[in-house]
Amino acid sequence: MSAIYKREMRYFFTSAVGYVFVAIFFAVSAAIFMTLTLQQGDKADFSSYFSYIIILCIVVVPLLTMKLVSEERKMKTDQLLLTAPVTLTGIVMAKFLAAYTLFGGSFLVASSFYYIPLAMYGSPDSATYFGSVIAVLLLGAAFIAVGEFISSLTENQFLAAFGTIAVLVFFIFSSAINSYINVEFIRRIFSAVCVMTRYTYFSYGLFDWASLVYFISLTGVFLFLTVRVFEKRRWS
Amino acid sequence: MIKIEHLTKKYGERYAINDLSFEVKRGEIVGFLGPNGAGKTTTMSILTGYLSSTSGRAEIDGLDILEHPFAAKKKIGYLPEQPPLYLDMTVYEYLSFIYDLKKCTLNRDEHIGEIAKVVKIDNCLNRIIRNLSKGYRQRVGIAGALVSNPEVVIFDEPTNGLDPKQIIDIRNLIKELGKDHTVILSTHILSEVKMICDRIIIINEGRIVADRRTDDIEGALVGNRRIMLRAEGPIATVSNSIRKINGVNSVTVAVDYGDGTASYLVESDNAVDVRKPIFNLLAQNAWPILELEPVGATLESIFISVIGSN
Repeated sequence: MSAIYKREMRYFFTSAVGYVFVAIFFAVSAAIFMTLTLQQGDKADFSSYFSYIIILCIVVVPLLTMKLVSEERKMKTDQLLLTAPVTLTGIVMAKFLAAYTLFGGSFLVASSFYYIPLAMYGSPDSATYFGSVIAVLLLGAAFIAVGEFISSLTENQFLAAFGTIAVLVFFIFSSAINSYINVEFIRRIFSAVCVMTRYTYFSYGLFDWASLVYFISLTGVFLFLTVRVFEKRRWS
Repeated sequence: MIKIEHLTKKYGERYAINDLSFEVKRGEIVGFLGPNGAGKTTTMSILTGYLSSTSGRAEIDGLDILEHPFAAKKKIGYLPEQPPLYLDMTVYEYLSFIYDLKKCTLNRDEHIGEIAKVVKIDNCLNRIIRNLSKGYRQRVGIAGALVSNPEVVIFDEPTNGLDPKQIIDIRNLIKELGKDHTVILSTHILSEVKMICDRIIIINEGRIVADRRTDDIEGALVGNRRIMLRAEGPIATVSNSIRKINGVNSVTVAVDYGDGTASYLVESDNAVDVRKPIFNLLAQNAWPILELEPVGATLESIFISVIGSN
């Protein structure tokens, strides 16, 4: 498993993927921080910053995950992995962790960097700040799991990217769509799966077990489904 | 070393392989022969754990590939039809990755160096795989299959797309490997099998249609032995005299060159070698032999007759 993790990490930085991800993430998060936090003037408030970071995820997460599995199938390198003494779970987890390391690392570096000047010259609410950081980390894990799953469904990386974007948009905006839907049953489902509802608790600085379980389950379910896709391909 | 019992794989309603059974002994080099779509790759994929069978068992050294995938896979080195290469890595990095993947415990640099030397890629260990030619990529694939010194090596069309020089190199390499590995290779190049393998398994439409030692497959599967002879002398007399030789079934004049020489196609019983009597006959009559060449009983014709009759 560690071999695959190392290979993925290496790939991020020998191809353009890692650099493009880091560049976009830092540039856009800096712009968000400047316009929505610094230039707002009187308050050391991070709440808008984190909300927009989540929307940024719609674009940057597929960048990390689109090739994760699809490329292995396209280049037939999956044959090497599947005929090696490694478990399917090991393969899926290694790839997930590699993408997550890059995502989590970039996010933590950027967010800590922006926290420092605010803490020096103002008094940001640390409870809401850390709550939001934890929430974005949890949410990022779920998003990457979704991306990896969709990447396992196709050999085409662009299809994987667009598919991931579509699903992430649904997860983020399903509550917002709710006001246009009349069927109570569907509205309930939509608001239950919406990650923003869950995120809100954390962003208030509240620790919510249900939301924690939700994020971890979402991640787990999609990783499990990815394993099943591998398994199915073998048996079909 | 390898045991396959009643192996069946269905894709939907279509049988890719149907009730396949065979065994391969330790140290044997087995050629897996068949037309495209016969089920060669499917069999190899199941044997290496890449695919699962619909029913039946595949064992490597007594270990069922489904029940003990870890232990079984450690014993296998596999080169699929398209070598599974990460083009962004250097050759060394790639082999080192497989070394980690297979949890190899040998000395890393020594082991990789040795393999590189054997497959003759030691001069390009630091080159990026993307920049290598097809022949070199194929060798890197073979090197990958040899990492961690597996007891069984499985090659799916190892000489596919190589130039003649490279083909000879790879064949020699496989023959060399056969000395201390059990090797299965698939191909549709028949001369290749004849040169490399101890045993040939011909498969068609998912079933084994022939399973013989290479030495006796030609004799066993073809009724008549055929010789093409070109000699100088009176054509009618020559062919009549040859026809009288014990064991000769027929003599046909294939080509009359018009310069006093002709080519004759001589068919004889499979059990009898008529080449010496023909030589003696022609020598006694001072009819010089210009060419003498066994024909017909090539693997190609066997292959076609076996596949055709099924």
